[in-house]
Amino acid sequence: MAFGPFLLLALMEGMVTAAVLALAACGLSLVFGVMRVVNVAHGEFYMLGAVIAWAVAAFMPGPPALAFAAALVIAPLLVAALAAAADALILKRLNYDPEATIVATIGLLYMIQQATLSIYGPNATPVTAPFEWRIQLPWFGYSGYKLFVILAAVLVLLGLWAIMTRTRAGLIMRATQVDRTTAQSFGINVDRVYMGTFAFGAGLAALAGVLIVPIQQAHYLMGGDPLLLSFIVVIIGGLGSLRGTVIAALFIGLSDGVISMMFSPTLAKIIATLLVAMVLVFRPQGLFGAKA
Amino acid sequence: MTLRTSLYTPTRRGLLKAGAAGLAVAAMPGFVGAQAAPIKVGFQLHRTGIGASYGRWYERTAQAALKLINDGGGINGRPVEIVFEDDATDPKRGSEVVEKLTVQAGCDVVMGTLFSHVVIGSAPRAGELKVPYLVCSEGYHVASGMLNRWTLQPGITDVRSQIASMAPWVSANLGKKVSMIFPDFAFGHDHRDFFTAAMAAQGGEVIAQIAIPPTETSFTRYFPQIPAETEVLYHVMVGPAVLTFVKELGEFYGSGAKPAMFGFIDSLEAVDTATPGLEFLEGSYFWEAHNRVKPADAGEHEAAYRAAVGVDDNGASVSDAADVSTYSHMFSTWETLFFLKAAMEASAYTGPADRQKLVEAMEAMSDMPYGIERPQGAKLFNGRTHQVFGTQNISQVQGGKLMRVHQTSMADGAYEDAVDYTATSF
Repeated sequence: MAFGPFLLLALMEGMVTAAVLALAACGLSLVFGVMRVVNVAHGEFYMLGAVIAWAVAAFMPGPPALAFAAALVIAPLLVAALAAAADALILKRLNYDPEATIVATIGLLYMIQQATLSIYGPNATPVTAPFEWRIQLPWFGYSGYKLFVILAAVLVLLGLWAIMTRTRAGLIMRATQVDRTTAQSFGINVDRVYMGTFAFGAGLAALAGVLIVPIQQAHYLMGGDPLLLSFIVVIIGGLGSLRGTVIAALFIGLSDGVISMMFSPTLAKIIATLLVAMVLVFRPQGLFGAKA
Repeated sequence: MTLRTSLYTPTRRGLLKAGAAGLAVAAMPGFVGAQAAPIKVGFQLHRTGIGASYGRWYERTAQAALKLINDGGGINGRPVEIVFEDDATDPKRGSEVVEKLTVQAGCDVVMGTLFSHVVIGSAPRAGELKVPYLVCSEGYHVASGMLNRWTLQPGITDVRSQIASMAPWVSANLGKKVSMIFPDFAFGHDHRDFFTAAMAAQGGEVIAQIAIPPTETSFTRYFPQIPAETEVLYHVMVGPAVLTFVKELGEFYGSGAKPAMFGFIDSLEAVDTATPGLEFLEGSYFWEAHNRVKPADAGEHEAAYRAAVGVDDNGASVSDAADVSTYSHMFSTWETLFFLKAAMEASAYTGPADRQKLVEAMEAMSDMPYGIERPQGAKLFNGRTHQVFGTQNISQVQGGKLMRVHQTSMADGAYEDAVDYTATSF
C-alpha cells in the first residue's frame, strides 16, 4: 500500500481510538478533578455499558438501529445509577479519602467484573451495528460505523463542554472542584455534587462502551485496556483538566494509530507509557493541569 | 475476650474430632470398597478467559463421552467421574489447577488443556507431580520434546503435521506468494515456523509474517502490512475477538481486489459462517479437522457422535442454532477419554500407584481405527513423541456454509521424530 493511503487509514483508526478514549478519559478526569478520587473501576463502567448494550439489543424487538438508540440512553443511565449507589454506599463512607478510595475502587472493579462473569458469562458476543454502511476507497474499505463513532464522540464532548461552562450544574461542579469548603459555605450540597459527578463520569464511560461494542463485541474483560489508556491520557493531559484530557486523547489516539500501523502496536503502547513517565518526571501536574 | 475463648475451645476440639472422622472415612474405601470407587479424571477447563468458547464445548463433549463410557460399564469395572476446574485460560493458574486436581481432588490423571501457553505453563508441574497429563491442544510443544514423559497428546494432530498436509494443496491450488497472519504466542509461532518451511519446500514463499497478540481487540491497523503482491492470505486467529478479526478483514478488502484466502478454522471457531459482514469469505478455504457441516459421505458414527454431544448437522447446538460449536477441536476431548479408557484397561490400572504403568501402556498404543471412540477418524499414535496423527480436511465456504473439498491422508502429515520420550526418565 502506498504511503498516502497508508497514513490515511492510520489516521482514521487513530481518530476512532481517540474518540472513544476521550469519552472514557473525560469521565475519569471529571471524577478526579471534582472529587479527588482515582477511580480504578472506571474501565468496568465502560465494560458494563457494552454489556448492557448487548442485553438491550438481545431483548428488544425491532430493527438494530432502534435497539442501539435505546442502549445509548439506557446503558449510561443504569451505569450512572450503579455508580451513584457505589458512591453512597462506599466512597461517601470513606470520606473520599484518596488512598482508601483507590483500594475501594479496586474492590469495586473485581466485584463488577466477576458479577458480570457470573450473570452474563465468559463469552464475547457481538452487537449488530445500527447501520451497515461501508465506504469503499480506491485503496481499502472502511466501516462507516467507525466514522459515526467519531462524530458521536465529538457531539458528546461538545455537550459536555456546554454543560460544564454554560449550565448551573457545571458551575456548581467547577466551584466544588476549585474549593470544596467555600462551595459548601455557599450552600452547595457537596455530597450531592459528588454523587452526581461520580454517576456522570461513569455514564460517560458507559456511553463509550455502547459506541464501541458494535466494533469490538461485549466481553467481561474488556475494561482493562481503556482503563490503562484513560489513565495515560489523564496523566498526560493533567488530572482534572478536561481540555488537557481531550487534547491528550487526540494525541495518544492518533499516535497510537500511526505508530501501530507504521511500526507495531506494542511499540505504540511502549511509547505512550514512556511519555507518561516523562510527564510525571518533568511536569507532574500534566500538560494542562494546575500546579498543585 | 472470655466469650471468644469459650467459643473457640470447643471449636478446636470439634475440629480435631471432625478431622479424625474425616481421615477415617477417607481411609475406609481403600480397604473396603476399592472396586466401586470411581476413577477420577481431572479436567483443566478454559471455562473463562480468552479460551471460553472452546471451554464451553470441551465440557459438553467430555460430558457426552463420559456418559457413553459409564453407560458401557465404566473403566475396569469402575465408574468414571470428571472433576472440572477452571483455569481462566491463564498459564499461572493452569499449573495451580493441575496441582489442585491432583493433590486436593485426588484425580488419577489430568486432561483437557487447549491453549498452548497454558499447556506449556502447566506441563512442568504435571511432571513434578508425576501425574499423566493428556492435552488437547494441537501445539507442536509435545512432539518437539519441549515437555516431559508425563505429557501426551493422544486426541488431536499437532500443528506441524496439519500444516505439512495443507501446504502442498495451498501452493498447488491457491498461489505461491503467501502472507501469514497468526496469534503472537506459542501456537501461532508453530504456524509461522512450519508453514514458512513447508511452503519453501513446495517452491512457494512466505512474503510477510504478521503477528497479532491473542488478546487484541482491534485488527484493522495490522492489515496494511499485507503486501499488495500477496497471492494467498493465510490466517489463523484465536481468542474472544475472532469474529471482529474476520469482520474487519472483510471491511478492509471490501469490494476491492483481494488475495485468495486460506484460513485455519480457529479464526471462525464458535462463529456462524453466515454472520452478516462475513460474505467476503464466500469461496475462501479453511482447514478443518472435523467438518462442522456434516458431509454427505460422513462416517457411520458421525450421527451418533453429534447426537451425543448435542450438535446439529450445521455444527450448532441443537437447543440454540446461534450457539456454534468449536467442532474442529472438541472431538479431541472425546477421543482422549476413550484413549485413556483403552490404556487403563491395557495396564489394568487400579490407582495412582499405577500411573507409570499407565503412561507406558499409552506409549505402547499405535494404530487406532475409526469408530465411535474416534469420530474424527482413524488415528496413529506415536509413543516415542507422545503425539497422535490423523487426517485433515480442506473446506470451502459455499453459500455461507463450510463444504469439504479435499481430505488429506495420514501420510501427508508425517514428519521425522524430534524426540524419544520413552528414553527419558519418569
